[in-house]
Amino acid sequence: MRVALFVTCLVDGIFPQVGKATVLLLERLGQRVEVPLAQTCCGQAHINTGYAREALPLVRRHVAAFAGYDAVVVPSGSCAGSARHQHAWLAEEAGDERLAAAAEGLASRTYELSEFLVDVLGVTDVGAYYPHRVTYHPTCHSLRLLRVGDRPLRLLREVRGIDLVELPDAESCCGFGGTFSLKNPDVSAAMLADKMRNVLSTHAEVCSAGDSSCLMHIGGGLSRLRTGVRTVHLAEILASTETEVVGR
Amino acid sequence: MTRTFLGMPAAPPGVGHLRGSRPFPEAARAALADTQLRRNLGKATTTIRAKRAAVVAELPDWAELRDAGAAIKDDVLAHLDRYLVQLEEQVVARGGVVHWARDAVEANRVVAGIVRATGARSVVKVKSMATQEIGLNEALADAGIAAWETDLAELIVQLGHDAPSHILVPAIHRNRAEIREIFLREMGAVGVPAPEGLSDEPRALAEAARLHLRRKFLDAEVAISGANFAVAETGTLVVVESEGNGRMCLTLPRVLVTVMGIEKLVPTWRDLEVFLQLLPRSSTGERMNPYTSMWTGVTPGDGPEEFHLVLLDNGRTATLADPQGRDALRCIRCSACLNVCPVYERTGGHAYGSVYPGPIGAVLSPQLTGVADNPSLPFASTLCGACLDACPVAIDIPSMLVHLRSRVVEAKREASRLPTPERLLAASAAWAMANPGRWGRALRAARAGRLLGRGGRRISALPPPLAAWTNTRDLPIPPRETFRDWWARTRQGGDAEEPGGGGRPAGGGAGPGPPGERGAR
Repeated sequence: MRVALFVTCLVDGIFPQVGKATVLLLERLGQRVEVPLAQTCCGQAHINTGYAREALPLVRRHVAAFAGYDAVVVPSGSCAGSARHQHAWLAEEAGDERLAAAAEGLASRTYELSEFLVDVLGVTDVGAYYPHRVTYHPTCHSLRLLRVGDRPLRLLREVRGIDLVELPDAESCCGFGGTFSLKNPDVSAAMLADKMRNVLSTHAEVCSAGDSSCLMHIGGGLSRLRTGVRTVHLAEILASTETEVVGR
Repeated sequence: MTRTFLGMPAAPPGVGHLRGSRPFPEAARAALADTQLRRNLGKATTTIRAKRAAVVAELPDWAELRDAGAAIKDDVLAHLDRYLVQLEEQVVARGGVVHWARDAVEANRVVAGIVRATGARSVVKVKSMATQEIGLNEALADAGIAAWETDLAELIVQLGHDAPSHILVPAIHRNRAEIREIFLREMGAVGVPAPEGLSDEPRALAEAARLHLRRKFLDAEVAISGANFAVAETGTLVVVESEGNGRMCLTLPRVLVTVMGIEKLVPTWRDLEVFLQLLPRSSTGERMNPYTSMWTGVTPGDGPEEFHLVLLDNGRTATLADPQGRDALRCIRCSACLNVCPVYERTGGHAYGSVYPGPIGAVLSPQLTGVADNPSLPFASTLCGACLDACPVAIDIPSMLVHLRSRVVEAKREASRLPTPERLLAASAAWAMANPGRWGRALRAARAGRLLGRGGRRISALPPPLAAWTNTRDLPIPPRETFRDWWARTRQGGDAEEPGGGGRPAGGGAGPGPPGERGAR
């Protein structure tokens, strides 16, 4: 099985530790991961802001970059969701049937990290050790677009040393929403305030999720309020072992 | 002159309530500042959400019902021409009169004409979204006719000189203390006053409304309703409600006028079986609504002697013309999407500027008016997807929002060749991302952003438009090394700018790298 990592533009540029953690985790599980450097961005931010025209070349590039692989692993529910639910549709809208077919094919080989671990590799105990109090926020796109269900929680429950606490009203959106956070900053902040209140009520040291974008938003708020609560991507927790602490 | 196809007409401006006076973000800011409103809304939506979830969960075939509801509506929309004519024939054959109204202006003129012909100076009204949409009450007032709302929540809104903020619970933004004040202050001026010493107990408030409305029902010559459904095969109209005020209006007055959007049809009585399960469970969270009224034409000696049906387009045919947007016409106005929407829960309905607020309003209002008149609504969502899960007719609102955002951007592109700052940003980002070498260099250049952290790990202030982020949130400083540079350094021993051509895989785990970073294999 040839496995490629689609690292996503945000992780590439701002949160490289999440990409490194994903690579280390998959290698520890015996996978030979490849990173085609022809990849850039799935185009979701463009698509969701109304710039379908600008996004089309990005979709074309994405589909070409990952053409030869059996599985594409993405440490993001949102970017995996775009590849699975938007790319073929966008290509069809543009009248490019060949691209639509190729995107459809790639969509079926694209996996969000927890899906790949649980469904493809068949593991829930990845041998991780993370001695911290953690609460998990299921991001909207992983939950309602990809339907990852409780896969991330099943993975987290097997982590040694972890004190996993349930997040109240977990399935409510954190208020990020991509460019929504800039176009509707007040509503976004109001939603964030409620999410942070729930995170703080758990007395967790760490708020985790499967999307760096949502974590950037939640973490940005927690940092501004000097709460001391850190945001850590699911991949970073799963990559951590007794001998190796990934991320910060 | 070259010929220009202008498309089907949209809902006209200057009449009705489909357009706000200011953009959503601005209206939302004002709503968010109202802490009483946020408390009322949070409480009400949480209660309805729990009720709905409970009664939906008890039906083992909910998914099938939902598919059936969507399929029936899709059939109606695909054959609307045929079903509408069938409905008209049936209504006429049973003694009713059918009027076709292209838009709000025509519908208002038709209704005012019917009322004026009866000589009545006032009408009673059943709760109706269509008549709110076209601003019928204002149009009747202009014609010297008083329209009295008889639904409890609509009465609260009307007496409060207010606007509805929810499809099903129009006064959701009011709590009972506020309602008591409105009743005491306003009822006396327009009819039977509120009893002295009125408390804010729900039972007492309902009794005050009952006494006030009883006089209106007994005096009324004409009633005006909307319709939840119309059965094409028999010409039967259906209204579902909770209070019985609708039943009063539909049976007591001599003349009945029903204003109905053309998408409210179902082909047969059998189809009602699906919707009479979907609607109450989705809207009020009840297994069955307390009152279901059905009538077919007129029946001598029983109920209204005169029945008029006004079929309203008002932008619906234009909506039907967009294959990516037409599913919005499946909507049965249950408001489940409002109750689960995290944006609606914070802002309430008024921020949307239309009688159709929340997720369904964000896709319906811009289509009825044309996107140029409601350009901020498709962006009033985080695309969290809760609305799609809750919708009883499976309208994919998130995908539709994305589609409408494209229509807004394209409309702006056509309106002006001068690029907006946003368009420039989108275009330059796409340009950089179109080439991995450029992209890698752009990411490396972003390292300069580390200076904004002033030696710390966080950026706390940025100039506009990014101030919209840093006003409430910190931003992490860019890392010293991007992921692709790390990969090239540790796995390829080389240069991230050489992607190895096209889609060819790079070195995989075989490249050199510090053993510590390779993990335990």
